[in-house]
Amino acid sequence: MRGVDLRVERGERVLLLGPSGAGKSTLLAALAGLLPEDSGEQEGAVEVDGVDPRADRERVGIVFQDPETQLVMARCGDDVAFGLENRGVPADEIWPRVDEALRRVGFPYHRDRPTAALSGGEQQRLALAGTLALRPGLLLLDEPTANLDPAGAALVRRAVADAMDGDTTLILVEHRVAEALPLVDRVVVLEPGGGVRADGPPEAVFAAHGDALAAEGVWVPGRTVPPRHAGAAPGDLLISADRVALPPRLAPIDLAVRAGEALAVLGPNGAGKSTLALLLGGLLRPGTGRVAATGELAGRHARTPPYRWRAPALASRIGSVFQDPEHQFVTGTVFDELALGPRRIGQPETAVRATVDGLLDRLRLTALARANPYTLSGGEARRLSVATALATAPRLLVCDEPTFGQDRRTWLELVDLFAELRDAGHGVVTVTHDPDFVAALADRRITVTREPSDDGTGASGEGVEAA
Amino acid sequence: MISIEPVATPGAPLARRNPVAKVVAALVFSFTLLATLDPVAPAIALVVELAVLPLFGIRYRMLARRAAPVLLSAVGIVVTLVLFAADRSGRVLVDAGPVLVTTGVLVTALGLALRMLAVALPGVIVFATTDPTDLADALIQNAKAPARFAIGALAAFRLVPLLGQEWQMISMARRARGVDAGQNPLARMRLFVSTAFALLVGAIRRGTRLAVAMDARGFDAGTPRTVARRQRFRAADGLLIAGAAALAGAALAVSVALGTFRPLIG
Repeated sequence: MRGVDLRVERGERVLLLGPSGAGKSTLLAALAGLLPEDSGEQEGAVEVDGVDPRADRERVGIVFQDPETQLVMARCGDDVAFGLENRGVPADEIWPRVDEALRRVGFPYHRDRPTAALSGGEQQRLALAGTLALRPGLLLLDEPTANLDPAGAALVRRAVADAMDGDTTLILVEHRVAEALPLVDRVVVLEPGGGVRADGPPEAVFAAHGDALAAEGVWVPGRTVPPRHAGAAPGDLLISADRVALPPRLAPIDLAVRAGEALAVLGPNGAGKSTLALLLGGLLRPGTGRVAATGELAGRHARTPPYRWRAPALASRIGSVFQDPEHQFVTGTVFDELALGPRRIGQPETAVRATVDGLLDRLRLTALARANPYTLSGGEARRLSVATALATAPRLLVCDEPTFGQDRRTWLELVDLFAELRDAGHGVVTVTHDPDFVAALADRRITVTREPSDDGTGASGEGVEAA
Repeated sequence: MISIEPVATPGAPLARRNPVAKVVAALVFSFTLLATLDPVAPAIALVVELAVLPLFGIRYRMLARRAAPVLLSAVGIVVTLVLFAADRSGRVLVDAGPVLVTTGVLVTALGLALRMLAVALPGVIVFATTDPTDLADALIQNAKAPARFAIGALAAFRLVPLLGQEWQMISMARRARGVDAGQNPLARMRLFVSTAFALLVGAIRRGTRLAVAMDARGFDAGTPRTVARRQRFRAADGLLIAGAAALAGAALAVSVALGTFRPLIG
């Protein structure tokens, strides 16, 4: 990020946009006075109320993306009090201010509630309360809903809306633009490589730059995506789950996946969707019931359940993509990461090279072949994690929230890629909260519920969607 | 599964004493017992520990569960010594081929096991009745520990339960990638090391994010901190420490009077 000139008046509410890598988070960190001295060359000046924020952080509060690593204390009230203690607020003022901050974000529990017992959306509301209790003049929100399911995200947005008053200035980074627009009155678009591309009221900015922004991956509101449903009827059965359960994480469920179909697994948080994905992926042993692969998917391995297969046999038949891409990275470079699976299943080195080069090209990772996987951006890491699962050419692909926090460009690429795989006869199962993704790709949906339904299974199918 | 939540009945008279006082009392009691090698003093100490347990609001069954690792090691000590100790003096109790159990062996083994239990239980009791937040507060306010250390440790402590889940996820993700060790012990070792490394990398990244979030809320910025939860060190807390010292001293005195006292040094 360089050459950004920006002036924000008291009480303004700004949405900061820009393609991935334009420096949105860096600008927020600079405004919060959190950029380390040694984090790169610095030029120009950042001032809040005319003061360098590094010298006086009291004017600025910031809420980050990850709820897990923002809460410090074990009890909710103590966590809100933490910042007040640090600022040296007199002891008798602390608890009234804690209660006021919790009220401002509509926090529903007593302050003795353990922070570990909160959902992600509730944790983010608590983090917001912890920041508001310090009464910052400038509130910075760095994708505060990116790690949340839609219900949790709505909860946090409502809390932000309720908490804003005329005196608080807001700068928000959020890639889901449509949802963020009610919170802001000004949009600033950063130019990757330097400077500000556009600045003004949302309507004016999107009218002038909407097409370019959408092409660069920004979720410009009002742009629909053409659906990519299957053209042909599904083929042979690949895998079936028969009364599979893993108490207390998943209630019994029946499920079948065929070649050439994209199945979406929906359901509220805590219903066991991710557990179901791990069971189908042959990574967890079912508590009761069984998961059976057909001969079409597994050949001679069909006699044993997938969780008992050796890892190379599994990887060449069922690919799993985890919610957190970093869990999957094993090696030190993007190239080796992609080559790992094919080497493990015994492909000759020339074939490995061809597979890897094809995937690097297909998922726009060629320039990053020598990069360390841990240094990739969110979108790059997601593309790599999908590519690693595809490297061993499994017939069945099981993905857990593949579109979580992705920009529009990566999102569209994932829809295209999964549709292509499906049309080539693969089975694609995605656990997802993303209604747009389901609408664009899924041929069939199944909803996992916490309680067993009337017919005794924890699932209710909604049949084949109109293509 | 390691359980770290306090389990005491709220309001039990000794459980609600100042956490620093409880820790010091436990240390005083345990260290005094280390002075002797005989079985009598630890036996008396154990009786005392079990007798004061209701004052801490812990049920005996709960203590047994919390102290299970200690109890297991005590049994382990007895079994190992009975089977392998060089000293086979005293009257023969059991003579079954290679297994020769004599009174001398049995006394030594039981003495060691008792000692370990008596020394470890005070710590178990204190941590079963103390909330980690209260302990950190008391360390800062009453023991003048740096907040940077006490609050930092407390925040890190909160992330520990995540490591177990993380380990499971990393292991499954590796299997999905085609990486497993099968029966080969060398491959197993390498997989273990590389999984541990991935876990460490993740933990450091999480720790860094947490540190930045704490920084953003003014932690350790040089402003003198105030405290939201006051921890007081009262006369009763001093009495708890004095009581622990007196009881441990009494156990030693009885041992000396009975002539069983065997000093650790000399």
